[in-house]
Amino acid sequence: MGTNLVGNNIRRLRFDHNEMTQQQLADKAGVTRQTIVALEKGNYSPSLELAFRIALAFNLPLEEVFFYGKNTKK
Amino acid sequence: MTYQEKKSIISLISTILIFGTYCLYMYPRHPEGELVSLATFRYWGLFVLNLMLFSIVAHIIISILFNIFFRITTGEKEPKFADELDKLIELKANRNSFFVFIVGFLLAMGSLVVSQPSQAMFIILIISGFTSDVTGSVTKLYHYRKGV
Repeated sequence: MGTNLVGNNIRRLRFDHNEMTQQQLADKAGVTRQTIVALEKGNYSPSLELAFRIALAFNLPLEEVFFYGKNTKK
Repeated sequence: MTYQEKKSIISLISTILIFGTYCLYMYPRHPEGELVSLATFRYWGLFVLNLMLFSIVAHIIISILFNIFFRITTGEKEPKFADELDKLIELKANRNSFFVFIVGFLLAMGSLVVSQPSQAMFIILIISGFTSDVTGSVTKLYHYRKGV
């Protein structure tokens, strides 16, 4: 809603991981597809626990999936 | 549009339809005569209790029909659990819904203070119940579409 400063690379990472679907990621992270949609749109900042679960689903450290403020990495 | 967004819209429409239909059904049954009588109090008591019962049954039936329709049209299964986003949105919807109901409740009590007939109190209470329900559904829809 405009004030969300926690960004993420979920969409790109899904693509890099054999074009994983939102539902597949949702199942791995233990959330609904709606939550993945909201995260990708930048409409929701996840809890720390969920952020770790998503990072674990990609087998990456947290900071490669989530970032604070504007992302400078491409 | 995701399952939760569609469900919020269905919930909103069904709330309006259920309330509208029920009011149209009950309106002609209002007892004639005095504004303050045992029959009038009985009527409003029945109005509220039957509305709750009718509303719960109708919502369950509509929800089952919606889930069947959703499965057939999208080929997806509805989520079996509420995750952290669902719970957060539910909390916000409940907060707004309770706020609206409390305002209605205070208005209803205020109507008695300014010597309005008891009928006015019942009408304000029922309308505030309906408005709070609509507010909850609208809040859910808003947060599912715009984020938290």
